[in-house]
Amino acid sequence: MITLEHINKSFGDNHVLKDVSIAVPEGGVTALIGASGSGKSTLLRCVNLLEIPQSGEVHIDDTVARLVPGHKVSRDIILALRRKTGMVFQNFQLFPHLTALENVMEGLVTVLKWPREKAETRARDLLHKVGMSIKADAWPSSLSGGQQQRVAIARALAPSPKVLLCDEPTSALDPQLAAEVVDVLAELAREGTTMLMATHDLRLAATIASNVVFLDGGEVIEAGPAGQVFGAPVDERTRRFISILTANGPAGGQ
Amino acid sequence: MPHWLNLMIDSLPSLLWACVVFTVPLTLLSFVLGLAVGFVAAVVRLFAPGPLAAIVRFYVWIIRGTPLLVQLFLIFYGLPSVGIVLDAFPAALIGFTLNVGAYTSEIIRAVLLSVPKGQWEAAYSVGMTWSQAMRRIILPQATRTAVPPLSNTFISLVKDTSLAAAITVPELFRAGQRIVATTYEPLIIYVEVALIYLVVSSVLSTLQARIERRYARYGGYVGAAS
Repeated sequence: MITLEHINKSFGDNHVLKDVSIAVPEGGVTALIGASGSGKSTLLRCVNLLEIPQSGEVHIDDTVARLVPGHKVSRDIILALRRKTGMVFQNFQLFPHLTALENVMEGLVTVLKWPREKAETRARDLLHKVGMSIKADAWPSSLSGGQQQRVAIARALAPSPKVLLCDEPTSALDPQLAAEVVDVLAELAREGTTMLMATHDLRLAATIASNVVFLDGGEVIEAGPAGQVFGAPVDERTRRFISILTANGPAGGQ
Repeated sequence: MPHWLNLMIDSLPSLLWACVVFTVPLTLLSFVLGLAVGFVAAVVRLFAPGPLAAIVRFYVWIIRGTPLLVQLFLIFYGLPSVGIVLDAFPAALIGFTLNVGAYTSEIIRAVLLSVPKGQWEAAYSVGMTWSQAMRRIILPQATRTAVPPLSNTFISLVKDTSLAAAITVPELFRAGQRIVATTYEPLIIYVEVALIYLVVSSVLSTLQARIERRYARYGGYVGAAS
């Protein structure tokens, strides 16, 4: 079980997350939706402490980071949380000096100290899973955006994380390339991969999310099963947000 | 055989000897040590707290703001007044190392900053520590960008080592001076000395081109924006 409790995060005077608590059920996909600036990406980045909240708690299984104002969280806890999470970025962020295969192997070899042969076997399996086997030896610069993102998904899955964090995984892609990434994520969802995903791609959220959390102005406005939040939103702000996105077309506007 | 050619051939062995025994080692050692100093200085300026970074800024300010020749004289002729007596070669080595360190620290700082912040985050997201991310992800990318400006520094350094002649290091230029003192043929000998520097620099430029080609294989930084 992954839970965030009473997370507060400010950048200077800008209070981005206001006492946010969410629970991410295992084996499901939780989508964080909301307008730009609603805090959904920041919240996602608090899970693996790429952003350190001023206060609150992050629980992943028995690993707990307790953030208290004025206290630095220990390096060991940060590393432990990051080893239980994998992350997919909006701009892929593949390592450009490594091939697709090496990108997937890197964490296994450098962080988990796996022998290279074992890491390579695992990496090839994952590249196969995301449909990128034939590009194993390609440099990232020679891959399309959709292909890069699929390799990035394989890289994030390599150490078998408890949760896959996806930060706008399709936003930098045109609809056709986005579709191939959505397919891969949908397949992972069917297999029961736990995911937490910040997105304003409503099609992506509607396709694979089992739970939805709607954020506005750094607060959780509404949270629940996807069918309920999309089909019968309770709060006026949720209703307005969903109707605006739906009006912009099926892919969801940027 | 014309007189000038004869003279050049006669003096070549002692000039090459001075080049191989003093100029090349002085260049290589001070470059490698200078790079280490430059890397530490760059990392301190980028990541360390204020007071340490201020010390590094002071060091770079002093070295870049004063002539290299004056620095060498201070180390070799000046320091004995406070009880620090150094041989000519170590004095030159220290002078050039400090000089290379100051200049390369600025280059290294810039190329480390040129690697997108997202690469740090990607490295952290797979569980890397700061030093793992630096060694495996950031440095390899920064190195590629650093090859042209560092090659510049290196080739300048080869020629700057001629200043060590002024503090009695018997390197290539000083060996030339000695031959001129006995042959009274400054034009021929200094042309020969210049040609040897030119050959060494050209070899290094070729090496630089080869290193750049090797790095070119992985193409650009697609998708690494923001």
